[in-house]
Amino acid sequence: MLAEIGQVLLILALLAALLQSVLPLVGAQRGIAPFVAIARPAALLQLTMVLGAFAVLTVAFVRQDFSLRYVAENSNSLLPMIYRYSAVWGAHEGSLLLWTLVLALWTAAVAEFSRRLPPLVVARVLAVMGLIAVGFLAFIIFTSNPFGRLLPMPGDGADLNPVLQDPGMTIHPPVLYTGYVGFSVAFAFAIAGLLGGELEQAWVRWARPWTNVAWAFLTLGIVAGSWWAYAELGWGGWWFWDPVENASFMPWLVGAALIHAQAVTEKRGSLRAWTILLSIFAFSLSLLGTFLVRSGVLTSVHAFASDPRRGVFILAFLTIVVGGSLLLYALRAPKVAGGKAFNLLSRETVLLIGNLMFAVAAAMVLLGTLFPLVGDALNLGRISVGPPYFGFLFPLLMLPVVLLMPFGPFLRWGKGEGSTLRQVALRAGIAAAACAIVAAFFVDGRLKAIAGVAALIWLGVGVLMYALKRWRDVPRGRRYPGEMAGMLLAHLGVGVFVAGVLLTESLSVTRDVRLAPGQSERVGSYDFRFDGVHRVSGPNWQADQGVVTVSRDGKQLIVMHPQKRTYPRGQVQTESAVDAGIFRDLYVALGEPMDAGNIEGAWSLRLYDKPFVRWIWGGGLLMMVGGFVCAADRRFRLKRTVAAPAAELVPQETRA
Amino acid sequence: MSPTQRRRLLLVLLVVAVAGIAAVLVATALQRNVAYLYTPAEVKAGEVAPDARFRLGGMVAKGSFQRAPGALQARFEVTDGDARLPVTYDKILPDLFREGQAVVATGRMAGGVFVAEEVLAKHDETYMPKELADKMGVAHGKHQVPATAAPAESR
Repeated sequence: MLAEIGQVLLILALLAALLQSVLPLVGAQRGIAPFVAIARPAALLQLTMVLGAFAVLTVAFVRQDFSLRYVAENSNSLLPMIYRYSAVWGAHEGSLLLWTLVLALWTAAVAEFSRRLPPLVVARVLAVMGLIAVGFLAFIIFTSNPFGRLLPMPGDGADLNPVLQDPGMTIHPPVLYTGYVGFSVAFAFAIAGLLGGELEQAWVRWARPWTNVAWAFLTLGIVAGSWWAYAELGWGGWWFWDPVENASFMPWLVGAALIHAQAVTEKRGSLRAWTILLSIFAFSLSLLGTFLVRSGVLTSVHAFASDPRRGVFILAFLTIVVGGSLLLYALRAPKVAGGKAFNLLSRETVLLIGNLMFAVAAAMVLLGTLFPLVGDALNLGRISVGPPYFGFLFPLLMLPVVLLMPFGPFLRWGKGEGSTLRQVALRAGIAAAACAIVAAFFVDGRLKAIAGVAALIWLGVGVLMYALKRWRDVPRGRRYPGEMAGMLLAHLGVGVFVAGVLLTESLSVTRDVRLAPGQSERVGSYDFRFDGVHRVSGPNWQADQGVVTVSRDGKQLIVMHPQKRTYPRGQVQTESAVDAGIFRDLYVALGEPMDAGNIEGAWSLRLYDKPFVRWIWGGGLLMMVGGFVCAADRRFRLKRTVAAPAAELVPQETRA
Repeated sequence: MSPTQRRRLLLVLLVVAVAGIAAVLVATALQRNVAYLYTPAEVKAGEVAPDARFRLGGMVAKGSFQRAPGALQARFEVTDGDARLPVTYDKILPDLFREGQAVVATGRMAGGVFVAEEVLAKHDETYMPKELADKMGVAHGKHQVPATAAPAESR
């Protein structure tokens, strides 16, 4: 019965979304006030319905209602309570519902916090977000219904994919989706601007914190995903250039560009058309990312469920959204474009170069990700694009960004001065070179590691110098507003991240070994002694648990317990043991017994010494904090009356 | 040319230059780093250039898995129903690696043996790489057998 209510709620949500999109669009174009006014209440109505449907599905999981096909396929009577909640988005249907819920939440937030914007703009923005909701709700209802019944009802469920039974996986999808969907706000603003034929700087100021928050969530989602892959997949890597990872990375890159482009447009009015284009691309890539992962068109080491039948709907939806918005852009962008001219030596130029690099990098990743699909379609054979492609091109494209980053803040808008730049380059350059020389002695002259240290110092000194300059030049209280502090934190985060990547890549030691109980293996400066394997059991799994004692210079450091878990349906899952540290991680993953069945004999083991690997996620988290701090800047929330053409003003009070 | 026009020209040139360099780099990198998927039958038919790095797809033949005594190295055969190819691998095999299941291995041929650098197994019970399913489908269709009982395995 409950499931049928969920089904009805979904249909009602679709109707509410239609109401929220069609009427306000018509109203805004024709000037019909009541139609314009309907956007806000319709958005709240839609949220209520989607929230209801989501709650129904959650209840079905908590109560273990295996008469629902989706629940039966992704849960099991032994599943611990916390994973019953996260199992709601453990597969295709539920994760789409989560996506729609997040969209409804963002939409309601926009409806709530947009009271100072002209009603016409708000109506168009909400209508565009409503259209996206229509697409997703229709997709759920017609192709991916989570409320379908399974008859006869099975005695027990099939179980949640054990790969997903990890704390990192419970937060990764919601956070990632919050990021993806957050770009819909910037997108809706861009489309609303194109529809209305103008893009006020004040609207961009209003839209900026939304982009920053979305990007910060996306950053957190990617960091969580990377951490999860590291801890849970048992390979010890933190990034694989896997299509699913690329899917989230492309909107991140374009989002990073958009954040900077929006700053230029808001402050100077320049680059309007570029900002709109980036808004369109950031969200289109988010959509593409969602669908690439969900449709199974790409072969990926972690493409979970695949059903190519849904591909047609997805392709049609993508074509409408991307094609439609680009067509609109082609028709209306010239009308919106404009802004102040700027010198070759100016903050705008530096930001524009950074923007170009990010855009090219996103295009490069897109090409590498879709190339196998294109090759397939053109009958060029079954192709895969290996990590070396990305590993070669990406650092190359980001090098100019890292080199230019310290200069950006020091340059003035419009026209900069060369003398300050020389000073910055000289000081940061000398500091970076000096530290690199010192570091060279510690890392045996490994170039990548030296470059990592140099990059960290270069960016760090750049950030520090600018912070000092603000401290000297600006009166107390106005030195570090959120926007400034956020920028400094995020840029510092880039330095920490780059250092972490390069140091980990060049200094890590990996050993795949066969060890009998009592045998030891030296990894870097650590001795790993294998003390055998015994059986342990958890709530819904049994495991072979290894005991590995790590010592250094004869002194025992830690005893680690890697596991090989077996879940009810016989799925096997490696649970690696990680000893985390600021300067190094020790990592042990259990392979398999060398004689099948004899767990007391020799095992294969994977042993890692990973210096500075935490800096990678630390840098990512700093960038995330930067995004949030920037969004919290009071300047974005100042009470400003937004000028709008008099003819467009629709007094809200006169409508009832 | 007015200063504005000159600035615009410079900007356009900059964009074109960056895009051009990027395009060249991308093309080179792609050329060097694509790996094609072949089945054992295609490898035996000589479709793969010697020394080429490629991906080998198929089923792990039943009863073919062996460990080198006292070492980590694993040996097994990959079959597509028409032919089998011996594979060696000296790292840890993925959790889902089983005899009779699909694998995709990346590596090179060396003296009639495929030396794998990386082995991927299917990720859950229902998932098989689509590209592999297509290729295997061809082999199975030819022999009119269900996917789990290829004739090569009963030989």
